[in-house]
Amino acid sequence: MQVAKNLRNYRKECEESLSNEFLRSALDNFAVAYRASRANAFSGFDVDRLIGDVADIKDNTLRHLDELYSQFKNSAEAAGVTVHYARDAAEANAIINRIARETNCKTVVKSKSMTAEETLLNHALEDEGLEVTETDLGEWIIQLRHEGPSHMVMPAIHLSRYQIGDLFSDVTGSKQGDDIEKLVKVARHELRQKFVEADMGITGANFAIADTGTIGLVTNEGNARLVTTLPRVHVALMGIDKLVSTIDDVLKILKILPRNATGQAITSYVTWITGANECAIGTERKKDIHFVVLDNGRREMANDPLFSEVFRCVRCGACANVCPVYRLVGGHKMGHIYIGAIGLILTYFFHGPEKARNLVQNCINCEACKDICAGGIDLPRLIKAVYNRIQDEEGHPLPSLLLGKILKNRKLFHTLLRAAKWAQKPMADNEGFMRHLPMIFFKGHEFKALPTVAEKPFRDRWPGIKPVITTPRCRIGLFSGCLQDFVYPEQMAAAVKLFGDHGVDMSFPMKQSCCGLPVQMMGELNASRDVAIQNLRAFEKEEVDYIVTLCASCASHLKHNYPLLLSGDARLAEKVKRFSSKIIDFSSFVNDVLQVKPEEFAGSGRKATFHSPCHLCRGLDVHDAPRDLMRTSGLDYCEANEEEVCCGFGGTYSAKFPELSAQLLNKKLDNVEATGAELLLTDCPGCIMQLRGGLKKRGSQIKVKHTAEALSERRKKE
Amino acid sequence: MMAESVEIAEQHQSVVARFIEQARASAAVVTEVADLETAISYTVDLCGSQAACRLEAAGGDTNLSRDADGFREPEQTKIIAAPGLDPAAYKLLNKRCGAHGFICIDSGMRSPLSGVDIGFSYADIGIAETGTLVLNCPGEELRLATMICECHVCVLPKSKIVKDGFAAEEQLQRFMRKAPNYTAFITGPSRTADIERVLTIGVHGPLELHILMMEG
Repeated sequence: MQVAKNLRNYRKECEESLSNEFLRSALDNFAVAYRASRANAFSGFDVDRLIGDVADIKDNTLRHLDELYSQFKNSAEAAGVTVHYARDAAEANAIINRIARETNCKTVVKSKSMTAEETLLNHALEDEGLEVTETDLGEWIIQLRHEGPSHMVMPAIHLSRYQIGDLFSDVTGSKQGDDIEKLVKVARHELRQKFVEADMGITGANFAIADTGTIGLVTNEGNARLVTTLPRVHVALMGIDKLVSTIDDVLKILKILPRNATGQAITSYVTWITGANECAIGTERKKDIHFVVLDNGRREMANDPLFSEVFRCVRCGACANVCPVYRLVGGHKMGHIYIGAIGLILTYFFHGPEKARNLVQNCINCEACKDICAGGIDLPRLIKAVYNRIQDEEGHPLPSLLLGKILKNRKLFHTLLRAAKWAQKPMADNEGFMRHLPMIFFKGHEFKALPTVAEKPFRDRWPGIKPVITTPRCRIGLFSGCLQDFVYPEQMAAAVKLFGDHGVDMSFPMKQSCCGLPVQMMGELNASRDVAIQNLRAFEKEEVDYIVTLCASCASHLKHNYPLLLSGDARLAEKVKRFSSKIIDFSSFVNDVLQVKPEEFAGSGRKATFHSPCHLCRGLDVHDAPRDLMRTSGLDYCEANEEEVCCGFGGTYSAKFPELSAQLLNKKLDNVEATGAELLLTDCPGCIMQLRGGLKKRGSQIKVKHTAEALSERRKKE
Repeated sequence: MMAESVEIAEQHQSVVARFIEQARASAAVVTEVADLETAISYTVDLCGSQAACRLEAAGGDTNLSRDADGFREPEQTKIIAAPGLDPAAYKLLNKRCGAHGFICIDSGMRSPLSGVDIGFSYADIGIAETGTLVLNCPGEELRLATMICECHVCVLPKSKIVKDGFAAEEQLQRFMRKAPNYTAFITGPSRTADIERVLTIGVHGPLELHILMMEG
């Protein structure tokens, strides 16, 4: 639940979570175990096809929402169910309270429903004097503790067996130990009685099949079966997004939902309910069944060209499972009611900007969620779009407005960067780091050393180092990005040398600017669009085969986000397509296009490891190229644990959430140091800044280099 | 023609093998039985070998000393619930239960809600891809028998095993069109991982699932 009044409070709350040792280790173990069990569950499956199926099915629902709803209502009512439509949470709760009154229900048992959490149904029922008992073990635990869920599938993942043992001791009035199996049996006994006594059973629904008016429930414990069988009244509350056409759709979604959620091929139970089933204690031996179909902001989402893909969410919770920030702070901080990446978006639509405002800024943009989403939702992009929308509604804060304004004017931006060289003089040391930072601007940044701006940016060096190629094997344009232009020009220079030696003719269009990702991260979509157009124009006249960049974040932004950013402008469509199709990262270009050979390299087989930038492994789906290059160049590559997990940089993220950034960096550096490597390579200047800064603070001897630098140094001298 | 039918038989055999493998992976106990009579013997033996596990809500499960437990034993009668069985089979089961001093019931499932020892049922479909049993159970008695038992024993004729959910689609649709309907996919015993993600068997449903595979 989000109660923080402002970003500062929210940061403080996150920081508190960091000191929760149990939570940290539980979520660490989970993150690692989940990856393995998911991979196992999907072995032999074409995952992309399954994701494509879900997207198609949900997109179809979107296009035929009204028809599907009326078909569902007709089929269900023909089979003896009453179907209600609720526009918002309050209306849904009122309908269910009314049903309880009319059917004279006093006690309620519930099985797990995120939608009921969304509407805060329990509170509404209790206010009317009903006794409500959650029967899913995790939900029962958090109900007894008066908490919200901290994970969509495992709501009590933040609690230890000891805490639960104490809780159950209170509840049963007799001492309980910490044996998990016994604690589970306590729940079995305590709750069986509740099932027997309850007048009403409330469930959610994973699917609502229009064709037959059937609902489907996906569960493991078996409580939903009892909830839908024992009480005389059954109410199922479901979002309108749960509608599908036929059982065939459901069987497709069912292939991916449990595998993505928990790494199970299928859950213990999938329950299909059609019509008013037999019930020995019901009127005429029939159960009184009500389906409540909820809008609550879903239609607004559905009608929005940008956000409609959120409809594809099947609530598997996988986006939290892989989120490095969730792993640090847990679901109570990384969500309001819905958790993880999808939670950041849904909170805005279901619970309003007030609850979403701080939360939505806590995305490091590593794309791990996008990579794993069962519906193929571009979650990071939509999170930024929500942020942009909130700022549009409430006014953009000065710093982000300013950055946006500055970036729109390339000359001003570059002048400011050059000026930084003079401003930093009193604080710079002679190893390229800032000796001390003006702490008023950098509170919380003590965990890493920051680099100084280079004496001479790459753009000024370029005319002097541009090689003359008489018979070029190919022609490329260089896109440097800000960091390699102004902070690490030597990385670009190393690449230029390597390319020149391989007969690559190069150009460096001077009018290129920042790729725009930093402003996009800050929710400044207009500025992001303007900068994109500037870069497009800068490269427009270049007749090149590839546009090569040494920065994975720039590359992935140029390649994937530009076409989306500029999709509204028909005149640019063709241009942006041409531009984006030419973008390639350094390692792929050198390994796959230039195909460098071991004979070119010399030197000892130093032990080296790799950090895979988020935007390289997920943004560009590049995995082998940089590692192949390390081996080709004769380095002794040893794999670190979790090489593809974020280093905590995330551009402006590390400035906004330094405490979280520091934790991610620490974990990363522990894994790096454990390899015993003396060299750490990576393909992104942002990651280099983070990793070097952290290692310097640790006093480590490990050298961090861009792959381009390492290769360049190891080339045989002619 | 001959070759073709041999091929089909071989294909089905591999589907059956897949079912067994997947069902076992989900923690079900899978056993091949020759006929219904063997299935019934298996069930009665199983009932006899297990400690009576009816859980009176007042604390039937409390840890008692060995002496106290032994003292309690004679007063407990084990129950096998088998609603929806064809009359001949039920008669046989009932007879075997009688011989062992167990109670056999096919109705009144709401009264021993504290639990029955064994629920005995027939599956309508087996789905090989996930080792799943499909039970079409619009009748409340059968439904409850498979929920409140400590141990669920389910007979699955091999001919009813199909490759995956899509191969069962038409049949599922038939069930659903004949409303009201309650169809259950059951894969392994009831489970949870809600406490520290430790997989624990038997929360609200059966602690064990036994699948008896039969020719036919």
